[in-house]
Amino acid sequence: MLGTGILKGMAVTAKNFVGSYHDSEHPLTTSEYPEQRIAPKENARQFPFLVHDTEDAMKGLRCVACQICEKECPPQCIYIVKSKDKRADYKGQMQLYPVTFDIDLSVCMSCQICVEVCPFEAIKMDTEFELSNTDRFGGLLVNKHQLAKPNEHYRKIHPTEAAVSDASLAVEVAKAQAKAKADVEAKAKAAAEAKAKAEAAAAAGPIGTAPTAPAPKPTAPAAASAAPPAA
Amino acid sequence: MVELFAKLDQFPVTLKAWIMGVLQGFLPEWTLPLVSAAISITPILAVFPLMFALTTVIERKGLGRIQNRIGPNRVGIPLTDIRLWGFGQFIADGIKSLIKEDVVPRAADKVVHFLAPIALLIPVLLTYSVLPFGRNMVPLDLPQTGLLFFFAVGASTELSVFMAGWSSRNKYSLFGAMRAIAQMVSYEIPLILSSLTVVMITGTLSLTAIVQSQSGVHFGFLHNWHLFTPWGLVGFFLFLTAAAAEANRTPFDLPEAESEIIAGYFTEYSGFKFALFFLAEYLGLFAMCGLGITLFLGGWLPPLNIAPLTWIPSWCWFLGKLSALIVLFIWLRGTLPRLRTDQLMGFAWKFLLPMTLINLVVAALWYLLRDSLPLYARWPLCFAMLAVPYWLLGRGFEAKFTKREYRFAN
Repeated sequence: MLGTGILKGMAVTAKNFVGSYHDSEHPLTTSEYPEQRIAPKENARQFPFLVHDTEDAMKGLRCVACQICEKECPPQCIYIVKSKDKRADYKGQMQLYPVTFDIDLSVCMSCQICVEVCPFEAIKMDTEFELSNTDRFGGLLVNKHQLAKPNEHYRKIHPTEAAVSDASLAVEVAKAQAKAKADVEAKAKAAAEAKAKAEAAAAAGPIGTAPTAPAPKPTAPAAASAAPPAA
Repeated sequence: MVELFAKLDQFPVTLKAWIMGVLQGFLPEWTLPLVSAAISITPILAVFPLMFALTTVIERKGLGRIQNRIGPNRVGIPLTDIRLWGFGQFIADGIKSLIKEDVVPRAADKVVHFLAPIALLIPVLLTYSVLPFGRNMVPLDLPQTGLLFFFAVGASTELSVFMAGWSSRNKYSLFGAMRAIAQMVSYEIPLILSSLTVVMITGTLSLTAIVQSQSGVHFGFLHNWHLFTPWGLVGFFLFLTAAAAEANRTPFDLPEAESEIIAGYFTEYSGFKFALFFLAEYLGLFAMCGLGITLFLGGWLPPLNIAPLTWIPSWCWFLGKLSALIVLFIWLRGTLPRLRTDQLMGFAWKFLLPMTLINLVVAALWYLLRDSLPLYARWPLCFAMLAVPYWLLGRGFEAKFTKREYRFAN
């Protein structure tokens, strides 16, 4: 009959109205924001930040100023200046570092492409959203000091992603260590062989030029033996 | 105790008489009618706009709760932590609309654009002058033409709406105005026809006399409200439906459908002119509710003629019934979606109009059978005469859901 639908609908809204005061079946879908905060979801992302590993944020930045993110950034909101000198990164490898690393948050569109292209796990998405500022130009242009955040922060906001990232970094470190070890062994072996040859040569006769030419030969198999763990 | 309540009941009347008595001493004779009118107008101008202000907050809070939100609860007293559950909101809104820039479109007809909100508010306020708010409390008692005056003045709001829509020189304003005209003209007929039943039964157009006619008592305690008769029951709901359409309330708020035509006829209004439209719309709704209360819900009479209820001042009963109807309209707004234009027109002409005509016939029958049939036979007979056409006419408006056939996808 005409009107029964209206009555049913009014019963539903009345139930919602009353239920909103008793939080059992119809909990309120909103919360009073500045006082009550909902824990951010793990998939949430706002703007990028730079990950660092050590106490001193500037020394421990993973970023090596390769500028891939700067080139890939669709709205071109990243600005990087490379350093002139090099320093050891987390693997102990000598790398450049960013002297300047700026992101203009008013331009950034939170696309996460910088994160996806970074080969060094150095830039990640943050969940910080309370970025309102009275200075719409300078206040939203953040430098590397403001961008640097420890890896613990990353683990806290995106635990699953951070575990994957940490694991891949650990593999890299292990690889580097294995390589370094292999290098050291190869060097030692080469040195030992060279020494043996030199001794043999010294025993055979005084031909001074002979040991220098065969010396690089043993290093090739050593490098090959280091290669399989890398693959 | 009873005398005290009786005094409280007549307090506005005695207060006015006292003020007039004092003023008579030193004011010239010819000013006295003007002063008397001003004193009568003051409570209307104070109470109903305040009620509008509170309704805006209550409506937002109620709709919020219906949608499982909290609603406004922040604005209280400025510079303190007192929030008053958000009831400072309307003051903030009022100040905001007062200090906002008044933007008038360059192509607008400036004079008409300026006059439209005023020409809308004045007739709406005039309708209040004939409503009896309490015992002996009617600003302008028109014994011959009360109801006619209400509808005549109320109908002139349509002109103001079209003034606003036309003078804005905006397609959305014009659309809104044309929708409003079509809707108001269509729904005015069922509105007036549903009220005519009361005039037929009581034989008077005076609203005070209509309230008095409902003061009879059934079974020793139940007041003789017109709502308790079959034609009154149906007539009241027909009246409410038509009143909602007249006041542009959901589900009949097509003239200001935000999703389609921004704000309809007052799209091009800003600042306090916008607030005036808003005010006029709500005051129009309150006036319609007030008329519905007067015609069907016994005006300022309590529902039961028993001691503690009759002690409560008559104007409290009126305002209480008005608040209840406002809550009902807020509830409806939270429940019903907006109709389509063709549904709106179809509903007015194919359902409301025949129902009101049948209701007129039934009311006449009710009156003619008053001596020949006892109440217990007359009531079900008249009710059945309304229920059957309701069912028959309503069949066409039920939602028809059939299983959808996807010929090519299957």
